[in-house]
Amino acid sequence: MPAPTTLSARNLVCSHGRHRVVDDVSLELRRGEVLGLLGHNGAGKSTTLMMLSGALQPDSGKVEVCDFDLSRRPDLGKACLGFLPEHPPLYRDMRVDDQLLFAARLHKLDKTHLSEHLELAKRRCGLLDHGRRLIGDLSKGYQQRVGIAQAIIHRPAVVILDEPTVGLDPAQIRDIRDLICELGDSSSVILSTHLLHEVEQVCDRAVILREGRAIFNGTLDELRAQSDIESSFLRLNADAGSTPT
Amino acid sequence: MIRILARKDLHTLFSAPSTWMMLALLQFILGWFFLARLDDYLQVQTQLAQMDDAPGATISIAAPLANLLALLLMMLTPLFSMRLIAEERRNQTWLLLSTSPLSSAQIVLGKFAGLLALLSLVILAAVAMMALLALGTAADAGLILCNLLGLWLLAAAYAALGLYFSAISRQPVVAAFTALAVSVALWLLEMAGGTLRALSPNTHFQNLNSGLLSSADIVYFILFCVFFLLLTIHHLRRERGGH
Repeated sequence: MPAPTTLSARNLVCSHGRHRVVDDVSLELRRGEVLGLLGHNGAGKSTTLMMLSGALQPDSGKVEVCDFDLSRRPDLGKACLGFLPEHPPLYRDMRVDDQLLFAARLHKLDKTHLSEHLELAKRRCGLLDHGRRLIGDLSKGYQQRVGIAQAIIHRPAVVILDEPTVGLDPAQIRDIRDLICELGDSSSVILSTHLLHEVEQVCDRAVILREGRAIFNGTLDELRAQSDIESSFLRLNADAGSTPT
Repeated sequence: MIRILARKDLHTLFSAPSTWMMLALLQFILGWFFLARLDDYLQVQTQLAQMDDAPGATISIAAPLANLLALLLMMLTPLFSMRLIAEERRNQTWLLLSTSPLSSAQIVLGKFAGLLALLSLVILAAVAMMALLALGTAADAGLILCNLLGLWLLAAAYAALGLYFSAISRQPVVAAFTALAVSVALWLLEMAGGTLRALSPNTHFQNLNSGLLSSADIVYFILFCVFFLLLTIHHLRRERGGH
C-alpha cells in the first residue's frame, strides 16, 4: 500500500506579465519521500516552491497540503509546512534561540513543548552551542542551518527547501545533505537544486523543470532507465541552451 | 498571535540604534519646548494674574506641547512604520510571516499593535512632562487626559496609514516618503474650508487639544484606523491568496 500523499499540486500556473514563469506544473509528494525539483536557473523552481508554500498565489491551479486546500484552509495547510526560501528569512538582530522560538510560536506550537522542540531542532542542525549567538554574527553556513532549524522546529509533515546548499563549503554541503536524508525519514521533503548529483544523492524522485514546464516527473530509476542519468538530464534540457553547473 | 508579533516588532524597533536616536532627539525637543513655554509663562504670570479670565498653566504650556508632539508624530511615524512590512520585504524576512499559518488580519494587527506600543511610550513620556506642572500649580487633569487621548488616537491614525504604505511599497524609503506626503496633505486639509477640513486628522485633534471631548472626533479616528487597516489586510490577502 503506497504511503499517504502529504502534498499535491495540480496544474499550477504563474505569470509575470505575459511571461509564464510556471506553466501547468503538477506534482505529488508522499510521506517519507524526498523529491528533487531540478532545473537550470530561471526554470521556475523558486516560483513553484513559493506557490507550494503559500507565499505566492497561483494564477490557476490548486495546492493541497495534508489534504487541506491552501486557498480554502491556509491556516491548517501552512501549519503542516516548513519552508526555507533561497535566502533564509532571519532577523539579524535576534539570537538563534529567540529566532527559533519566534518561528515555533508563529506555527502555534504549544508552550509546554517549546523547549523540547527547540532542543531537538538545534541538535539536528548542529546548533546546540550557538543558541545565544546573534544571527548577524553567524557564518553563511550556520545561518543556513538556523534557516533549516526554523523550517523544521514545529515538526511539519512537509519540508520545502529552496537550494539549501548554495554558497556553502563542501563540509557544510555534506552536513546539510545528511540532514535532508534524516528529515526524509520523518517528513516529506521537496528540495530544489540545479545540481544533478545532489538529487542522485538524497532524492527518491525527481521533477525536472524547463522554462516553467515539468518535462520529467518520476523516480530516479525511471530517469536512469532512459539511459545514463546525467545524459538524460542534459537531453531533457537540450533545448534550454545551457548545461547544468 | 497578535501579541507575539507585536512583541517581536517592538523588540526589532528598539534594537535599532536609529530608534533610540530618534526618541532621544524627540525628548530633547519636547523638553526644550516645555522649559521654554514654562519660562515664558512665568514671565507673564504677574500680568495674567490681573486678568479676569486668564489662561491657566495647563492650556498655556501643556496644550502647545501636545500640539508640537502631534506635528512631530506626523513626521516620525512613517520612519518607524516603514520598517514594519517594507523593510521585512527588503530583508527577505517577510517570507517567514507570509508562509506562517497567521492570517493577514493577525499580521496587520500585530504590527499595528507593536508600533502603537512604541508611540504610546513616546506619548506617555510627554504626558509625564505635562503632569509635572502639578508640582507647582493646580494642573487641569481633564485637559491633560484629553490631550493624552487625542495624541494616542492621532498616533494610531498615523500608524495605520504608515502601515498601509509599508505594505504596498517594496522599498522602505518609498513607504516612508509616501506616508509622510499623504500625512502632510491631510494635515494641510485643515486649512481648507468646508467638508474637506473635516477629513484632516489635525482638525479632530485640535478639538481634543483644546479640551473638547466629542464622540464625533473619536469616531473619526476609529474609522480612519479601521479604513487603513482594512486596506492593508485586503492588500496582503490578495498577495497571499485569500489568507
